[in-house]
Amino acid sequence: MSDPGNIQVQVNGKEREIQSGLSVHELVESFDLNPLLIVVELNREILSRDQFKDVQVSDGDSVELVHFVGGG
Amino acid sequence: MSEDGALTGHLRIADQEFESRLFVGTGKYPDNETMVEAIRASGTAMVTVAVRRVDLDRTQSEGILFHLDPEEFFLLPNTAGCYTAEDAIRYARLGRAAGFNEWLKLEVIGDETTLVPDTQATLEAAKTLVAEGFNVMAYTNDDLVTALRLEDAGCVAVMPLASPIGSGLGIVNPYFIREIKRRCSVPIIVDAGVGTASDACVAMEQGVDGVLTNTAIATATDPVAMAHAMRLATQSGRLAYLAGRMEAREIGIPSSPTRGMLD
Repeated sequence: MSDPGNIQVQVNGKEREIQSGLSVHELVESFDLNPLLIVVELNREILSRDQFKDVQVSDGDSVELVHFVGGG
Repeated sequence: MSEDGALTGHLRIADQEFESRLFVGTGKYPDNETMVEAIRASGTAMVTVAVRRVDLDRTQSEGILFHLDPEEFFLLPNTAGCYTAEDAIRYARLGRAAGFNEWLKLEVIGDETTLVPDTQATLEAAKTLVAEGFNVMAYTNDDLVTALRLEDAGCVAVMPLASPIGSGLGIVNPYFIREIKRRCSVPIIVDAGVGTASDACVAMEQGVDGVLTNTAIATATDPVAMAHAMRLATQSGRLAYLAGRMEAREIGIPSSPTRGMLD
């Protein structure tokens, strides 16, 4: 059974159960990622980095965490 | 930063001056150390990067910024892998949100086999992104009309392919590359299909402003040596173009005097 204090979100296309009340900043850090090197799209809207601490992740949200990789 | 511009003249695109006329990609290298060493050997001033999901299970290596210092290299985010204008616009915005610059290599693919661009979708995406303030460098076919329309749409550079991405076939249509260069005012960068140094040289000899290559360097047996070769070839081709080549004739004409021969 899922923990009642948790919510279901989709992160990078995969369903995940996370603690409720997390900010985007906390979510990024929970994956051991540097928020300065990540771009976040929340429900198809890009968040600026100064929003990371103010925006909370809600149940059913779809989050994309992207970065630069090698390419031509 | 290289000083290649002293030899071949600086390249200006929009408000930016580039010392080198060679642009390189950052994909497909055997490892990150080789990539950085090859990029340095190429003397390039601008490198392309792709926007992708972070691998949260860490089966792949970390992002490229762990290896590539954005203070040392001007980053050009691309929209590689996008098949619609809508997707390309989404990736472009994500790339800009990384916070480095407003530049973009716009690429909208139209065919999975040849990876040739969907020129209509490219044009549509270009119009939207130019309006949003991007400096759009548009990857396109070796098609004159599309090149002119991309210029009209406000792209800061037009990047016709030499041949399909990753094919290494070199310039399959030098005439149209020359014609695009003759007719457009914005810088023309030949992008995709360069297979080895001579291809970069031939591209530059057509009079274009620069060359962009990735696979030819990254998948060479010795990427660092190939990067150096590409650098020299780009300079060589540029110098040869500026020097003005002799007229080709389908007949032999002696280089030594015909007079003064012994009886």
